[in-house]
Amino acid sequence: MSAKRSADDVQAGAVSGNSENTAISIDGLAVRFGEPPDRITALEDISIEVPEASLITMVGPSGCGKSTLLRAIADLVEADQGEIRVFGRTPEQARRARDFSFVFQESTLLPWRTAIENVLLPLEVGQRNEGFEQHAEPAELLALVGLSGREDALPHELSGGMQQRVSIARALVCRPRVLLMDEPFGALDEITRDKLNEELLRIWKETGTTIVFVTHSVPEAAYLGQKCLVLSRHPGRVLEFLDVEYSAPRNPKLRDTLEFVQVTGRLRQLLEQAGRS
Amino acid sequence: MAASGKVATASGDRRRRVWRGRLPALGTAVSLLLLWQLIVSGFGVPTYIAPSPLQVVGVFVEKGDILWINFLPTLFEAAAGFVLGNSVAILLAIWFVHSRFAEQAFYPIAVFINTIPIIAIAPILVLMLGNGFAPKIVIASLICFFPTLVNMVRGLKAVSPQMLELMQVLSATNPEILWKVRIHSSLPFLFAALKIASTTCVIGAIVGEWIGSNYGLGALIIEATYNFRSPMLYATVILGASMAVAGFAATTIAERRFVKWKPGAVH
Repeated sequence: MSAKRSADDVQAGAVSGNSENTAISIDGLAVRFGEPPDRITALEDISIEVPEASLITMVGPSGCGKSTLLRAIADLVEADQGEIRVFGRTPEQARRARDFSFVFQESTLLPWRTAIENVLLPLEVGQRNEGFEQHAEPAELLALVGLSGREDALPHELSGGMQQRVSIARALVCRPRVLLMDEPFGALDEITRDKLNEELLRIWKETGTTIVFVTHSVPEAAYLGQKCLVLSRHPGRVLEFLDVEYSAPRNPKLRDTLEFVQVTGRLRQLLEQAGRS
Repeated sequence: MAASGKVATASGDRRRRVWRGRLPALGTAVSLLLLWQLIVSGFGVPTYIAPSPLQVVGVFVEKGDILWINFLPTLFEAAAGFVLGNSVAILLAIWFVHSRFAEQAFYPIAVFINTIPIIAIAPILVLMLGNGFAPKIVIASLICFFPTLVNMVRGLKAVSPQMLELMQVLSATNPEILWKVRIHSSLPFLFAALKIASTTCVIGAIVGEWIGSNYGLGALIIEATYNFRSPMLYATVILGASMAVAGFAATTIAERRFVKWKPGAVH
């Protein structure tokens, strides 16, 4: 794998423009829940760096703490040890500055608001400070996620996939530098999911946002991620931070290539190893 | 032209279909009234035991002014009680959702007050507040208060944990969460309670008038009963019921206006 990694670094540098810039750096992170003696260590000794403008996927067996890691970056869970920095800021500072957005597994749209009103929600709440006056045009965002013409539809009039598109548009409205996605397509059928994977890659290229994407699905992790973080469980540790590189472009045909099958095979092998621990 | 004509017939068709759906109920009601009239006049039932429908209609025509004069104060008391009781319940619910202490301190007391029969509270309130509008309004508001409090607390809390996390990621303040999320999510629950309250507030006002009052539908019921004026009694009861039905209908219309979304997350 090592020869491949160096080739990838070159590639990553070419994509992000400057491989020196780190979007998220995590150093020696540990997260524990509960009080002793029932204390559970969810994450231990996590140290990773996420380069700016990259798309990182995160997989691991259930209960490995991949969602916890994402939520720690988002300031929804507190770290017990170690340090998280999002563009040099603590998660709390980053949250207040709207450096990141979060996309949940459920679309969490307000059912009484139309699509465009839901996209506008982030601009109506929270202290207005540091730089999110420059927001994106909501109608353009809905067009970006392929929903032009449905601006005034209420969530219950939209399919599950469309609802999730609205929630992605909402996440992008403050022009976040980082997009944190917690199994956003997990509840969708496979055809919709593949299609949204396609669109997410397009959105990622068009916006240049750094994306951290948690998923249960190995093909999804292999298809989307430039790098894939594999966590083991009890407690959650970094098992491997794998570079994912293909000679073919990332489009639906990639899924049928030998290269892709090899990557998913390797990921499955790692997951099996992770589940055993 | 042709298109608009077609649309007009389509909506006319629908209206006709709706009316056809109501026909069985309407027919049954008319038949029952007819049966009632036939029994009363056929068997020579004395008026003080059961008046015939025609006699009741006669009261509405001849004594309409008396009914109207007594209808207005009851309407006022019921409406004022509705507004007062529900407002207090809504404000308390908002407080409870934001303060665990307030909920723990006051919820049991609210439950206790609710368990006292309204008939038992009524004389106490008349003694405390005198003979005017005040005790009736308070009784009407008390009867509205509890269902709205319980439903409103549930409604304000019926927000998914993920929604709250989203608001947290957006650094939203508690008032923002209240106005942007909780109030809206509580509306289906609130209207369920308001529908109950819209009919019970009339009962509250009438019960209040039974005890120490010389005006209103409640007083008229007592007076008509004691003097065996059955047609007047029946007319008063019908008027009271109509008030409650009108309140219910108005609440339903308001609900359709304000809750256009499907409460999917609400169970």
